Amino acid sequence: MNEYLEYLRINASYIWGLTVQHIELVGIAIIIAIIIGVSIGIYLTTNEDLAETVLAAASVLLTIPSIALFGIMIPFFSLINQGIGFVPALVALVLYSQLPIIRNTYSAIKNVNPAFIDAANGVGMKRRQRLVRVEIPNALPVIMAGIRTAVVLNIGIGVIAAFIGAGGLGTLIVQGITRTDMYSIVTGSIVVSLLAIIADTVLLLIQKRLTPKGIEN
Amino acid sequence: MISFKHVSKSYTGTEKAVNDVNFEVEQGEIVIFLGPSGCGKTTLLRMVNRLETITEGSILINDQDIGELNEIELRRKIGYVIQSNGLFPNMNIEENVTIVPDLLGWDKKKKHNRYKELMQLIGLDPMEYRKRFPNELSGGQQQRIGVIRALAADPPVMLMDEPFGALDPLIREKIQDEFLQIQREVKKTILFVSHDIDEAIKMADKIVLMRDGEIMQYGTPSDILIHPKNEYVSQFIGRDRAIKHLSLRTIAQLQEEIGLVDIDQSIVDSKQVNVHENLKDTLAMLLNQEADQVIVHDDNDEVQGAITIDRVQRYLHLEMRQKPAQAREKEKVIE
Ligand SMILES: Nc1ncnc2c1ncn2[C@@H]1O[C@H](COP(=O)(O)OP(=O)(O)OP(=O)(O)O)[C@@H](O)[C@H]1O
Ligand SMILES: [Mg+2]
Repeated sequence: MNEYLEYLRINASYIWGLTVQHIELVGIAIIIAIIIGVSIGIYLTTNEDLAETVLAAASVLLTIPSIALFGIMIPFFSLINQGIGFVPALVALVLYSQLPIIRNTYSAIKNVNPAFIDAANGVGMKRRQRLVRVEIPNALPVIMAGIRTAVVLNIGIGVIAAFIGAGGLGTLIVQGITRTDMYSIVTGSIVVSLLAIIADTVLLLIQKRLTPKGIEN
Repeated sequence: MISFKHVSKSYTGTEKAVNDVNFEVEQGEIVIFLGPSGCGKTTLLRMVNRLETITEGSILINDQDIGELNEIELRRKIGYVIQSNGLFPNMNIEENVTIVPDLLGWDKKKKHNRYKELMQLIGLDPMEYRKRFPNELSGGQQQRIGVIRALAADPPVMLMDEPFGALDPLIREKIQDEFLQIQREVKKTILFVSHDIDEAIKMADKIVLMRDGEIMQYGTPSDILIHPKNEYVSQFIGRDRAIKHLSLRTIAQLQEEIGLVDIDQSIVDSKQVNVHENLKDTLAMLLNQEADQVIVHDDNDEVQGAITIDRVQRYLHLEMRQKPAQAREKEKVIE
């Protein structure tokens, strides 16, 4: 145990550096994923035929083993000399987050009580006004739940990014495996889990704040 | 004035939810669409603010075909109240009430003043409820907020789809009375859906009685109760149509037609009643307490005479039998 604490002491700033890198990668990926996913989710509510196709495609994406998806990125991004590193990792993470975000956004908006939609039309709201004033606020808890799922998923899958040279906490695990360094593997895993738990809690708090008071049960 | 001209609606294929409907609604009237479930009341109502498209025919408001108007503007000029959950749960009470003024771009102060005014109309404290959300109100309060929300931008026309349907009978009656009180002040043209005959008799200036998308009879409540046009109508209004009709008549009207009787001084414990009381409640009073008379006062508390079961019966006979017979005679003469 003492030995492990010693290991942590010596490597503290290295571990911290990797953690920051991990947060950066996942953070940027999730922001992009939200912008794209929520927009697509909202758009799909206006286009039923496309919705089925897109949701099916997003489901398929999620079934590709993560390591394979990262691998697939490499040849594509080699074309623009970005074969390994930050960019392909980012794109892979964005793709992975799409299903929970798109699906939740789409179904949350679709499932807003028809009586509210009717009332919104009845008072003379335009489409956009209805979306912004009624549909999104009432769908928010479910949309946020999708985003939370995506964040937790990304923090975990972000570990794989290390394999294609994008750094982050996966580095500890990769190095640990190659050097059979138990401490390194354990540290990497624990920090990833902690990160996931903290992120989920923080997002839950944000969700509570954003949710209009009238729709908490 | 609202005119329905050969209005039909089919959702799918050939079946008609509304079939060739024709009638006119005068300014300031409450017209109630009455009929069994699925007869097309809601459909007919929702065509007026174009929440449903009109398949055939046209609806005109003040001679203006609504099909030619911008639908968003049209809806903002028509108040719309629905049975339940019409309030936006994510908005507080003030935001809910002032939603149409907000969409119309009124300034903050004007909206707030209007909010206070409307809350006073229904006797709720504007400040107390301002920041509350719909789920923090009782069903009855929510329904009343729904009504004033529809009134907020002072629209000339109101559409109400079973606005009081989800309330328990006691509260419903109270809100109906309150609403009639408000209507006396605001004088809106109101189209109102109900499937409750008693509600219709109480609230309506005219009733549109429907079956399978068609109008069976259009007339005043009294008209429909006294001369049901066909078998369907008389079945719908029920065997007690005579008694229902009494709720539309007051002691004063009876007094004018056939007069009251002298007070029988030998009866000690007689109930007192105001001359504007309706005859149905008066009859109930006579039957319940098994008294032979009820003493009638006018507004200045002066005794006018007494009323008995016998008297009510005579009046009823006159209204339901003799008058319609005379009317039929007249019609024959004209023909
Ligand atoms: N959106 C719709 N699509 C297809 N058919 C519909 C739709 N809305 C109503 N209908 C049909 O049209 C007919 C009239 O329905 P409507 O809702 O107008 O009846 P209603 O008189 O309001 O009944 P209720 O008293 O139950 O509310 C019914 O046969 C109903 O099934
Ligand atoms: Mg209906």
